[in-house]
Amino acid sequence: MIRFDEVSKRYPGGIEALSRVSFELAEGEMVFLTGHSGAGKSTLMKLVILIERTSQGQVFVNGANLNRIPVRQIPAIRRNIGVVFQNPHLLFDRSVFDNVALPLTISGFGPREVGRRVRAALSKVGLADKERMRPVTLSGGEQQRVGIARAVVNKPALLLADEPTGNLDPDLSQEVINLFAQFNQVGVSVMIATHDLGLVERMGKRELVLRQGQLTEHRPVRLI
Amino acid sequence: MKLSGATVTELGRRDRLGAWFAHHRLVAVSTLRGLLASPVASLMTWLVIGIALALPAILYVLLQNVSALSGQGGSTPRASLFLVQSATIEEAQQLTRNIGQQGGVERTAFISATDALAEFQERSGFGDVLRTLERNPLPHLIEVTLSTADPPVISGLVEEWRGIGLIERVSVDRQWLERLEALLNFGKRLVAALGLVLGAGAVLIMGNIIRLTILNRREEIEIIKLFGGTNAFVRRPFLYSGFWYGIGGALCALLLVQGSIMFLATPLRVVAQSYRNEFVLQGLDWGAALLLCSTGILLGVLGAALAVGRHLSEIRPR
Repeated sequence: MIRFDEVSKRYPGGIEALSRVSFELAEGEMVFLTGHSGAGKSTLMKLVILIERTSQGQVFVNGANLNRIPVRQIPAIRRNIGVVFQNPHLLFDRSVFDNVALPLTISGFGPREVGRRVRAALSKVGLADKERMRPVTLSGGEQQRVGIARAVVNKPALLLADEPTGNLDPDLSQEVINLFAQFNQVGVSVMIATHDLGLVERMGKRELVLRQGQLTEHRPVRLI
Repeated sequence: MKLSGATVTELGRRDRLGAWFAHHRLVAVSTLRGLLASPVASLMTWLVIGIALALPAILYVLLQNVSALSGQGGSTPRASLFLVQSATIEEAQQLTRNIGQQGGVERTAFISATDALAEFQERSGFGDVLRTLERNPLPHLIEVTLSTADPPVISGLVEEWRGIGLIERVSVDRQWLERLEALLNFGKRLVAALGLVLGAGAVLIMGNIIRLTILNRREEIEIIKLFGGTNAFVRRPFLYSGFWYGIGGALCALLLVQGSIMFLATPLRVVAQSYRNEFVLQGLDWGAALLLCSTGILLGVLGAALAVGRHLSEIRPR
């Protein structure tokens, strides 16, 4: 699903955020990406959704070489990737329903299909009864789950999450990670960046460790 | 290439077209609702655009009226032939008939010195003073309406008339017409220049308003781009806002123009009546009103497009 081939990324000013990173995320796999802040986790994710371009090396997503994707085709690539952030970045001027519906509207779905899919996504994250509410009235954990519903509503093949549990207490964090695991079980490839090592260990999935821009560890799946 | 992925292939071409129209309708309605949600701010913007459009439009309407007025007496010139004091009525009437048969002359009217004096007494208000005069100081007058505006023909006729002993002075109002024509041309240029300057101003104002809207909705734009929204998708609501600002501004301009005309019509009619002229100030016709509306829409959308083009590329997901 994702393949990095000797990828380096230098920002203007000479800072090397990633150096010669290679890894592969198989279709239907779930991995954790760990490392200190500034280790390059966010940069790696930005390369996958084409917010940034590589300085060297190649990135493949879903079979497409991202180096060869012109700006015009970036939206098409992003429509097949769901993204979740530490801060869910919800739009506070509209209802939960409209927030979750956004990716579907972007992709050009008709109103009936939008309604069906939004309700399905909201019930999967346990917020079926909150669709008419404003995000501002929801708790932090609920807001994060709205963000997840928005990321999966388009049924993307790949789900990226950048510190999705950073603002949540341990119980809520576990709940959110379990949600990702459920999506993974139905075939969605998942990559989660986090520094909650305890959580990573409990889940027993493959872990990619970034240290100063280098992928230093590549631990195999450990089952508990 | 599996670029577009499963979600897109599930949508047929017709579904996508339908959804595209549905989205246009949705955006059109929601942007209008957005403007109406803050009526005072929107009204201010509408008025600014309305005034920018109304000023040249009012000038245009006045110009149209003046040129209609100048065309009322026919655009061909008239000549007045003043006869010598010694000319008798019979001589004068005979001359009038002769001139009426000349080529280039459409019709003639004879005004005797007595008639002229009576009219002058009535209209000038010097009736009593004039009555004290021993004899009529006014000459007989032949008014000639020409059938041509061709300068050489007119000059030839004037030369011929000057050679007739009974005629003391020939006066042709051609110069006045030429001056009016020149003034009208000047006015048309003025309207065009004013329209251009104020129109450019309206576009800039529009652009600035849309720029502020874009900055206010920065986060929304970032998220839309992150979830694969195309530039056209992001642009759409802003262009519709420009459309609504433009059409609202044009309607304001229409009200301002028609209001000003109603305001000016009565005093102008009084002025016209003093010149014995049944003059009615004409407002914008349907074609001009339609042109005003489409200009408003064009300015609004253009301003929005300029702002969106400049600022949209700066906003990228972080």
